[in-house]
Amino acid sequence: MAFINLKNKLVQAKIVFYGPGRCGKTTNLEYIFNKYQSRIQSDMVSIKTHGDRTLFFDFLPFDMGKIKGYDVKIQLYTVPGQIKYNATRKLVLKGVDGVVFVADSMEVRRKKNILSLKNLQDNLSEYNKNIFKIPLVLQYNKRDLGKDGVIPLLPVETMERDLNGKLKVPSFQASAISGKNVIPTLKKIIAKTMISLKEGLK
Amino acid sequence: MSYAFDMEQIQEIEDILTKELVDSGVHSVLLIDMAGNIVATLDNGKCKHDVYSLAALAAGNFGAVSSMAKIVGEDEFSLLFHKGESENIHFSKVNAEFLLITLFGSDVTLGFLRLKVAEAIKQLLDVMGDNE
Repeated sequence: MAFINLKNKLVQAKIVFYGPGRCGKTTNLEYIFNKYQSRIQSDMVSIKTHGDRTLFFDFLPFDMGKIKGYDVKIQLYTVPGQIKYNATRKLVLKGVDGVVFVADSMEVRRKKNILSLKNLQDNLSEYNKNIFKIPLVLQYNKRDLGKDGVIPLLPVETMERDLNGKLKVPSFQASAISGKNVIPTLKKIIAKTMISLKEGLK
Repeated sequence: MSYAFDMEQIQEIEDILTKELVDSGVHSVLLIDMAGNIVATLDNGKCKHDVYSLAALAAGNFGAVSSMAKIVGEDEFSLLFHKGESENIHFSKVNAEFLLITLFGSDVTLGFLRLKVAEAIKQLLDVMGDNE
């Protein structure tokens, strides 16, 4: 739930990158961090295992500039994707204002994407939030892997059918490692989140 | 969905935190919500901490400890405190939605701090009213 400070004219909103393990959530944040270092006053915080997998979350506060005279601070989080970390995933979702669901384009990850999206729906409903109503954007990551034809990728149409058939939210074909469509994904979710919050800005 | 505090409420919150905690010798105090947003942050003018990261980690830490409490059959652990060599952190739940994080040095005792925090929380609840 976003917080609006009417004294300092400051809005803080929380956007969470969700998705199955190794789909590229942290890589998205790392790209954003490197690209917009001038707007980010602190380091990216990562709580990870020795094997470099996200254990709790990554955190990146991001200054958006002014909207309707309010300074907007977006707090970007990732969740740990591995199935066993559902308790911590749920904690990170607390107070979420917008979600980017990062799906893995590799053919072998098809089922994991579907299960993770279902898990998002379940965890949101524990906070009385509806996946059909919360600002949500899909990102089909790792599209670059299909270039040499060695790693089989899911066709985008299949991913749309699997994940976006009912949701019908904006989706982006991306490569977080090269940065392709990372920023458009971010801009879209920020725009959707701000539209949902604008009622509170007087 | 969002929530807001108006100018008057924020001013009152900042006054309480200054009077009860900063003036009592704590280094820094943060009132945050459970999502990790900062409602108010005040310090003695000498602290240069990254408060946004601190707030995110504090909310996560508090959530993790609360979940651990439930696993072992407790509603919550009443004292959450980390001791360092020159800086200590004390966490206190204000209500279901808000947390008070206090950073203090060795010149302030934990007992005194807990009394001051309890007094501050009592006053904060009066100001925050509907946002509980």
